[in-house]
Amino acid sequence: MTNSIDDIADEAKAFFIIGSNTTETHPVIGYRIRRAIKNGTKLIVADPRRIKIAESADVFLQLKPGTNAALLQGMAKVILDEKLYNEVFIKNRTEGFEEYAKKIGAIDLNEMADITGVPAEKIAEAARIYAGSEPAAILYTMGITQHTSGTDNVLALAGLATLTGNLGKRGGGVNPLRGQNNVQGACDVGALPNVFPGYQPVSSPEANKKFSEAYGAEIPDQPGMPMTKMFKAALEGKIKGIYVMGENPVVSEPDICKIKDAMEKLELVIVQDLFFTETADYADVVLPAASFAEKDGTFVNTERRIQRGRKAINPPGEAKSDFKILSELGQKLGLKGFNFSSPAEALQEIGELNPKWKGVTYERLEEGGICWPCPEENHPGTPILYGEKFLTGSGKAQFKAVEYKPPAEVPDAEYPLILTTGRSLYHYHTGTMTRRSDGLSDLYDVEKALISLEDAKNLGLSENDRVILSSRRGEVEAEVKPVSDLKEGTVFMTFHFAETCANQLTNSELDPVANIPELKVCTVKMEKV
Amino acid sequence: MYKVTINGLDVEVEQGATVFEAAEKAGIYIPTLCYHPDLPTFGGCRVCMVEADGKIVTACRAPVTDGMVVKTDTEEVRKVRLTNVELILASHHKDCQSCSRNNTCKLQEVSAFVGINQDRMRQIRRSVEPVKPDDSNPFFHRDFTRCILCGICIRTCQEINGVAAIDFAFRGFHTKVSVLGDKPLKDSQCESCGECLVRCPTGALYLAEPAVAEREVESVCTYCGVGCGIKLGVRGDRVIKVEGNRDNQVNRGDLCVKGRFGFGFINHPDRLTKPLIKKDGIFVKTSWDEALDFIVDKMSDIKARHGADSLGGISSARCTNEENYLFQKLFRAMGTNNVDHCARL
Repeated sequence: MTNSIDDIADEAKAFFIIGSNTTETHPVIGYRIRRAIKNGTKLIVADPRRIKIAESADVFLQLKPGTNAALLQGMAKVILDEKLYNEVFIKNRTEGFEEYAKKIGAIDLNEMADITGVPAEKIAEAARIYAGSEPAAILYTMGITQHTSGTDNVLALAGLATLTGNLGKRGGGVNPLRGQNNVQGACDVGALPNVFPGYQPVSSPEANKKFSEAYGAEIPDQPGMPMTKMFKAALEGKIKGIYVMGENPVVSEPDICKIKDAMEKLELVIVQDLFFTETADYADVVLPAASFAEKDGTFVNTERRIQRGRKAINPPGEAKSDFKILSELGQKLGLKGFNFSSPAEALQEIGELNPKWKGVTYERLEEGGICWPCPEENHPGTPILYGEKFLTGSGKAQFKAVEYKPPAEVPDAEYPLILTTGRSLYHYHTGTMTRRSDGLSDLYDVEKALISLEDAKNLGLSENDRVILSSRRGEVEAEVKPVSDLKEGTVFMTFHFAETCANQLTNSELDPVANIPELKVCTVKMEKV
Repeated sequence: MYKVTINGLDVEVEQGATVFEAAEKAGIYIPTLCYHPDLPTFGGCRVCMVEADGKIVTACRAPVTDGMVVKTDTEEVRKVRLTNVELILASHHKDCQSCSRNNTCKLQEVSAFVGINQDRMRQIRRSVEPVKPDDSNPFFHRDFTRCILCGICIRTCQEINGVAAIDFAFRGFHTKVSVLGDKPLKDSQCESCGECLVRCPTGALYLAEPAVAEREVESVCTYCGVGCGIKLGVRGDRVIKVEGNRDNQVNRGDLCVKGRFGFGFINHPDRLTKPLIKKDGIFVKTSWDEALDFIVDKMSDIKARHGADSLGGISSARCTNEENYLFQKLFRAMGTNNVDHCARL
């Protein structure tokens, strides 16, 4: 997030929520948003489903899955045409406005309405509320990013925020709500193929030298493979061994049949987890890890706040924390610098190599979380980014107009429906934890594919009927539940349940820049069993 | 600022403050059952009655005026408060020891303050018909015989999480807290966050499995990216409870259903407790030494035969920063950038 939860919840005059089922996937932020709405904050929601938060919206834009960029460019067009943009901000803090304005100006709003299935007047209304509320905060999640056009979608959102000057100030910003407790932190500390800790590129000679020296190794200056490509490489025989720590790709990755083939082909599969997951089936060796309650460490939340997790109990049996396992393995592999006495010592090392975290210590975290960047011991942290300059060469925000590109798969005669996936309030990812927590399963234990009332009627389906959903990649048998929340032609499933694994169907086509798969759109057909 | 005199003590409060807040500032206890600092006031329990400028008012609702004179312990105030508490107790469950809130119950605290007479209570107690609790929700139940109709749960559901699943239903003696259509809670809009349970002043809302911890450890929730501060309640070697940490600046105590109740996996019997190694297609338990030696041999062998880029590491957005750091360090120190995690899923 460019901003903090507090400043957007307390000071935004409008929220624009797009591709985020906030009340189910980030419930506590959902509470804050509902409270703010009660106090008069305006709300725009865009989603292919009439999600719960849409009930509170001033404008709800029920767009077709995969048409985000068209919707957002349509909104930008209205803001430009009606001169609702922030001239002072554009003049002082941005560049490339003329070209952007020219490209966006050429867009036909009615065409965007046709693509998205949202009436032009509603797009305009949303644009007017967003641009007319100062400040206004954008919140999004995977509904924006898990597309072959994911990067363009984010750029289009950034364009709206830049046009209206909603950057670098309280109550505004472009705010991706991060989905997992430490996805932000895992990125920050370099668990990415192209960057070292602190987003220092592996291809930067300076950074590469620094880390190669620190790690006593020759680190390649070319980015490695993202996870989404590793499995394809395994199928091609380029990857021979995979080490999976705390993940269940056999359920969570798109196009599962291929992932399973890849897992079978590997010479070595190491799985480290709390449970014997579906992925562990393919392992050569399985290491028992400690849960969060059994170890010390730090996590970074969605607002870049580094917080302290604390050990409450011992791990069961011989299970060990991932930290201990990796320290021991690193030493056994003869690698330099794996003899850590505590996680605190590792955080210190991170701070030495990542200037943005230099001021963060376990001692300071005892007093409360700190939002990075925090370059010095006495620095208070940075809850809001880009207050003075942007991370571009000139320090100015650069406008970039994008073009709408349809998803990799569009409905046709054979696969006429669009499947989009997401989470439920009661479960988490592949359910390894939540399905083992009594009660959550009492509330939600069977996947039901949600279908529109129209499709139910057309296909002669009623609640609890069993159907076979199939895509070009696989098929799944599941019960259906007709709901009024979906438009004709759209099917929704979660990916929590291995027995009705939606990812058998999903498409592994990637966004060319971010390498994120198009989990939010694939085409399917549905037949009654 | 307004100047108020309470029981002869002078106190200055902001314009718009209530008599209750003024008394709090002066350090004067006013009994109340339906007041909660997180919520708008209701004025329903009538236990916080005081005399303000000669009139009997509810302290939680009455705004102060400049120069107001408040008396909290006049004979009339004592009588009104006592009567109101007696009326609540008259139809309240009698067995405190079996109640999960025994010793932390607000009704006990207020009863002790107003002073209950046993003989009088015996005369006015109604015979309370046993009412089946609503035990449809797997995490917390509602005992209607311990409910004092303070409305705190209702206001919590409306104001804290904005779900508004519950409200008062029926009238008079039949009034109860219920969901639309008087269905079981499980079949309502309720999102099972348990915020109502946290604020219930009595044992009307209670955990399905009573849990009083021996000690508490502050940590961060392990589910989504909001990063709510939690307190893990521990007994022996088990996590038996999770509570929101009100001192944490992210959530200030708020939690969702997963954060508050989704901790059963921690002590689940399915947990892996020993390394496993596949031998002849079957997993067998092994020692850490054998498991790690096996990994070292295999990884080194693959690296020697096919180069470091034939190895791939998938780290985890569920692990700590330090663990992710070590994971990427391990792969990079082995000579490959093939390291990633589930950020895209």
